[in-house]
Amino acid sequence: MKNILEYVGIEPDRLHFSWISSAEAEKFQKTATQVCEAVRALGPAQHMIKDIRKVA
Amino acid sequence: MENQEVAQKIQEVAKKLLSEGKVSCVIGFEKGTVPMRERPFFAYTPEEAERLTWTSFCCNNLANFLVRRDLGEAGKVAVVAQGCVSRNIVGLIKENQISREQVFVIGVPSPGMLDRRKVQAEVGAEKVITEVSEDGEDLIVKGKGFEERVPRKKVMRDNCYTCVQRNPVIVDELIGAETEPTHGGNIDKVSAPWEKLQADDRWAEFAENYQTCIRCYACRDACPLCYCHVCFVDEAQPQWCGKTQDESDVLTYHVLRAFHCAGRCTDCGACESACPMGIKVRRLTSKIEKDIREMYGYQAGMDLESKPPMSVYRPDDPQEFIK
Repeated sequence: MKNILEYVGIEPDRLHFSWISSAEAEKFQKTATQVCEAVRALGPAQHMIKDIRKVA
Repeated sequence: MENQEVAQKIQEVAKKLLSEGKVSCVIGFEKGTVPMRERPFFAYTPEEAERLTWTSFCCNNLANFLVRRDLGEAGKVAVVAQGCVSRNIVGLIKENQISREQVFVIGVPSPGMLDRRKVQAEVGAEKVITEVSEDGEDLIVKGKGFEERVPRKKVMRDNCYTCVQRNPVIVDELIGAETEPTHGGNIDKVSAPWEKLQADDRWAEFAENYQTCIRCYACRDACPLCYCHVCFVDEAQPQWCGKTQDESDVLTYHVLRAFHCAGRCTDCGACESACPMGIKVRRLTSKIEKDIREMYGYQAGMDLESKPPMSVYRPDDPQEFIK
């Protein structure tokens, strides 16, 4: 999935995968922070945006 | 062997199977109402078998119909299959959609199917083609006031040019002799054409490629992999994918459909031939086919034994993307 999204021109950093056990609170917290930082660094999405006001 | 001879042989085999009661039906092609549009045909009687044909425009993938009909009731069914179709039959057997015993494979080494749009472009878009016949490696295209010879190689479908398996992989009766496995095209040179571009250009090409999509779902319906009773695009609760013509919905559909074919696509090109708008659907699906080949060393449907990479776990599966 990541490969194909990258192939069509979507920034790979928008999609993250991780295995986290319910016992791994710290890993969950760290991963969530990393995801937020990575996406924030990219800024607002430019593609795959649907403006409901226009199409609905 | 010339296509006309192959058609004769297919009819003979079909008549024999039907009259002996070995199969209830033979799935093949019959002549379309307009040139270059051969269409799937179900022959139930030896008389109907006479309508079966074989030309270079048999672009549908007949494996598709093995899951669409109720095979349990129909008993054994025969299907005319070239390389890619036989690979899709193998895929359906592996995915437990049909059993090997239910299907009789009439194997035909593929001559390489032709793209009717390329033929039309070759003689000129404004000309009306009324008759197309084959003469060895040439096509004879006739219409009002013109007759042209077009070399087959020039108008071959993209996926047939880069085919790696022209001969059927499973066969109950082979028509003609096996041919060269490929047509000489190198799949690695042409698959995933947007890979070499920058991210923004990749998006631009992607969006432009599907711009004319009318969401008729012909690509899905022609695909032997898309046999779900309710497709994700038709689901309303939950609605996975918007139903509008908005770019985001159209592109979401195409990305997800391609993704569902990962590790299963045989690059048969039925989606591309079925598209009424002439969209190059394979520009997306070929990327997935290539990734599976490179990451898992797997080509779909080549044999009955190997396990499909998306349905098994191996400790050495690529997993760099998981943090």
